[in-house]
Amino acid sequence: MTNALATDDAGRPAPSITLEGLEKSFSRDVIALDGVDLTIRAGEFFTLLGPSGCGKTTLLRILAGLDTANKGVVRIGGHDVTEVPPHKRSVNTVFQSYALFPHLNVEDNIAFGLKMQGVEKDDRQRRVREMAEFIKLTPLLGRRIDQLSGGQRQRIALARALVCEPNVLLLDEPLSALDAGLRGQLQVELQRIQRRLGMTFVFVTHDQQEAMVMSDRIAVLNNGKIQHLGTPREIFERPANTFVARFMGHDNLFDITSREGDLLDTPLGRLTVDTRTHGDKVLIRPETIELGEDAETDANYFTAVVRESFYRGSYIEYRLDVGEVSLRALSSNQGQKLHKNGERVPISICPEDIVTVTDGE
Amino acid sequence: MPPSFEVSRRSLKWRETRHLLLTTAPGALWIVIFLVLPSLYLVSMAFMTNGPYGQPGMPLSLDAFRQLAGFGFLGWSPGNLYTLLRSIWQTIVATGLVVVLSYPIAYYITTCRASLRPIMLLAVVVPSWTNQVIRTFGWMNLLAPETPLSDAAQFLGLIPEHMGLFPSSFAVTLGLVYNFLPFMVLPLYAAFEKLDTTLIEAAIDLYASPMRAFWAAVFPQTLPGLLAGVVLVAVPAFGMYVVPELLGGGRSMMIGNLVAGQFTGASNWPYGAAAALLMLAATLIGIFLLRRLGKRAGGGEEVVI
Repeated sequence: MTNALATDDAGRPAPSITLEGLEKSFSRDVIALDGVDLTIRAGEFFTLLGPSGCGKTTLLRILAGLDTANKGVVRIGGHDVTEVPPHKRSVNTVFQSYALFPHLNVEDNIAFGLKMQGVEKDDRQRRVREMAEFIKLTPLLGRRIDQLSGGQRQRIALARALVCEPNVLLLDEPLSALDAGLRGQLQVELQRIQRRLGMTFVFVTHDQQEAMVMSDRIAVLNNGKIQHLGTPREIFERPANTFVARFMGHDNLFDITSREGDLLDTPLGRLTVDTRTHGDKVLIRPETIELGEDAETDANYFTAVVRESFYRGSYIEYRLDVGEVSLRALSSNQGQKLHKNGERVPISICPEDIVTVTDGE
Repeated sequence: MPPSFEVSRRSLKWRETRHLLLTTAPGALWIVIFLVLPSLYLVSMAFMTNGPYGQPGMPLSLDAFRQLAGFGFLGWSPGNLYTLLRSIWQTIVATGLVVVLSYPIAYYITTCRASLRPIMLLAVVVPSWTNQVIRTFGWMNLLAPETPLSDAAQFLGLIPEHMGLFPSSFAVTLGLVYNFLPFMVLPLYAAFEKLDTTLIEAAIDLYASPMRAFWAAVFPQTLPGLLAGVVLVAVPAFGMYVVPELLGGGRSMMIGNLVAGQFTGASNWPYGAAAALLMLAATLIGIFLLRRLGKRAGGGEEVVI
């Protein structure tokens, strides 16, 4: 059964991954995974997002077979691969450190997986050259690894995994060592490659921007548990709990002191909200705060004092004081006049933009 | 440029030279007195003639080399050639066994708790703190006839009755392996300690079986340590005197014993000097071959030995 999986031809739809009740601890105190149930759909770009130590890398390593779970089942394409060793899984990994073989040149590095699978030399060479063409590194094939830049190494690590045509490609923070510009470029490139190949990608990162840019769906992990599973938009705009909200960069979170229908009392003041929300805290995303007189809503109208402002080019970031409460607001730069520190500014928040979140871990 | 500056620059240069002389001279002097001069003496000795009372003297001749090549009063004999080949063979077998034994030991030590590792390394090294001769005598007792080891070997039919496991080539190999094991374990341990284990994971992830992962990820990374260990083991093993002398008997003599014999009992110093030169040449050729091998296995990278 497992062998059949490993030798399946590429070209048929990529299989889905199902994880059931995964638990993993390294010692009594260090619990990496605490009951993870998850289905990753065939052909999707799926991201495991979370702070360091949340269990995301452990989860990826269990998918690769490099670690084994204490409990639970891993299925790839319906086959139970929980006990299958890594060299018999049709899953390849792009490692954070790239893990290229320093004693082999670029061509031999890319060919390594094919060689180990026993692919004939002619076929191997052809596939390596095609892959080099695809990933635009043909001129580098004869180079030694230590003659390459970080970005080039990253692409070779990717090519080395992709050339094996795995059912699932696992990527362990592959862009974290690169500078910002190159990173953005490779994010776009990775997403394009994934779309073109229709392969299932499981991507691990601690960078929420990166996760949102690339992913079809994201699982936010903390303390070995999935905190929120959803599309980037769902996770950013309707975070499941305060942990997810904070991790996605939201800091305007306020306690709800009392509730009366669609009216909530908070330290900020009385807020009118959408009645559908039932959480423990109010979340006001900084970009939903409107500054100035020409507010489109009559509800949720306050007067704020500008404490600090930061000009960030395409938008302006304000730190506002509303009574005792401080509030962060982002105002997109459309040529309006900038508010000075100490200036009193009317602000308003549209009720539909206010969400409530439950207390998370 | 003002002249005073010129002067100070010159004096600066002189000071640099003086510092250089002061710091390097003791070492250089040491090398000249204890390496260069004796080597020259040895080379010239090899071309001298052995006198009737065993004193080297004039005229210069190639007699010693002729003797070394096996030509004597009774025509040519292959004895010395055998001794040379036996030494090379013993060195290769012993070094190979040391490598095979050391890999698991060195790896195992790196997997232990950090607090345990120095103790384990100490356990590897401590035996070599005892005098080599004493340790080799110990092996003589262990391998002598009517000891448990010899009895077991007899029972298995490996040796004839009433014989011991020594003197024999086997005993020499055993002695060499035992003596030189620490010199391989230590550099290999150093290499294993720096091992990047993600390379092993990458190899396994790319369908390498555990054995192939070893060759693809572990071996290249530990190669510098391995080569250092091979030099530390093979060079002294090749010239070993004590072990074959005590455990070998006449038919397991190595080239070190041949050299020693000429300077002691046989009293033929030119012959001994020629044999020592042969030993030196063989060692240098061995190191040269090892370097080339290392360079090829290391993917063209220069391996420093």
